Amino acid sequence: MDMSNLGLLLALLGAVSAALFAGIGSAYGVGLAGRAGAGAITENPELFSKVLILQLLPGTQGIYGLLVAFVTLVQTGLLGGGAQPMDTATGLMYFVSCLPIAVVGLISAIYQGQTSVAAINVVTKKPDQFGKAMLFPAMVETYAILALLISILAVFSL
Amino acid sequence: MSKDYTYAVARIRAKEMSLLGNAAMEQLLAARSCDEALRLLADRGWGNPDEELTADNMLAAETKKTWSLIGEMVKDMSVFDVFRITDDYHNLKAAVKLACTGAKVDASRVFVDGGTIDPEKMRQAAQQKDFSALPPEMARAGEEARNVLLHTGDGQLCDIILDRAGLTAMYQAGKKAENEVIREYAVLTVVAADIKIAVRCGQLGKPLDFVERALVPVEELDLAALARAALAGGDSVAEYLMNTDYAPAAAALKESFTAFERWCDNLIIEHIKPQKVNPFTAGPLAAYILARKNEIKCVRMVLSGKQSGLPDEIIRERLREMYV
Repeated sequence: MDMSNLGLLLALLGAVSAALFAGIGSAYGVGLAGRAGAGAITENPELFSKVLILQLLPGTQGIYGLLVAFVTLVQTGLLGGGAQPMDTATGLMYFVSCLPIAVVGLISAIYQGQTSVAAINVVTKKPDQFGKAMLFPAMVETYAILALLISILAVFSL
Repeated sequence: MSKDYTYAVARIRAKEMSLLGNAAMEQLLAARSCDEALRLLADRGWGNPDEELTADNMLAAETKKTWSLIGEMVKDMSVFDVFRITDDYHNLKAAVKLACTGAKVDASRVFVDGGTIDPEKMRQAAQQKDFSALPPEMARAGEEARNVLLHTGDGQLCDIILDRAGLTAMYQAGKKAENEVIREYAVLTVVAADIKIAVRCGQLGKPLDFVERALVPVEELDLAALARAALAGGDSVAEYLMNTDYAPAAAALKESFTAFERWCDNLIIEHIKPQKVNPFTAGPLAAYILARKNEIKCVRMVLSGKQSGLPDEIIRERLREMYV
């Protein structure tokens, strides 16, 4: 087996993981909040804009994952066709750099989706409390942003 | 996905906004007559505009609306069978009595909506003396009740057989339920029914074998001790309860039977109130069904109180805590 491309393979695995797991988390979160949103809209269609914002909140992790994957692909030259062979240690470092957004993205999007559902329940009963209700799922976003920051800084520093 | 209630709970949150609270009940109590109370309710969307504005029509329409809403949102309605079993057995009782007495009564006057089985199926089963189309336990109880009524003509005994079978079915379904709200409701309802049976039997001076036959087996109560307490009369049932998990019920029972019934209903409402902040599971849906049952029961009390010309204070004493 030719091991000369193992470094590049590990870097690619990191990029794919970032997009894959954060994307899965976002899909779950947005789907869950969407079901609650549909329930709210069935009874009160006027809530659409407020509910839509709450539904979209867990969607950001997927975007963060995509961003880290994109930066990793550019840094390694995999995007654009100029990829050079890479030693295993460097490839592993790229892989590890992608892990924060892959793991935290997955978990935080699921929790954010659940918190969004709770917030949609609040807005359904008290539409005037939208601002306060939105803060609860927005808090979960903090940790996705922190993970994005670390992944981006780590990838850029390699 | 059949156990995902996210969509349904969000819809129920909006529906909870239209439940009657204590202020709405006070407004209803302030109505000068039953007709005025009916109009107030109609203005809130109660009843069916195509039907005549009567208390029976309105309350039947509201029960139908509750089950139709739940049916729209939930694929597996068996989760809520615990709430519907008593209606099934009520309909079976009506079907057996209709078949045995040969009475010609409009079906809509004796059967109730909300059960799991079509009342027409029960009517046919009772008339044709073939209960095999019904679930086994129900068929057994229906057949026994029919034979007893035909051979003895004792309607009370027929009622006891079917009430006991209905409560047993509810208890067993409740024990199997995954949801805590449904489990607690079933246990509390059957325990309360046993206590009511014991008190009534004691008041009527029924013999021990009658009391034992009427009581529904539950793990939560010592039925032999309860039956003995029932026969002893006076406050014996309340004193027996002091040594059980239902000690708080004893004070209500000592006050009056009505106070005990109100205590049971209020306890259920207290138990389901945390569901107002639960965004997942079937709990909020179960809580909504119970809140609607409680609401309909309270409205029935107000309307019948107004019809009988009872003072507002007397009606108010009987009203239960509201969910919202």
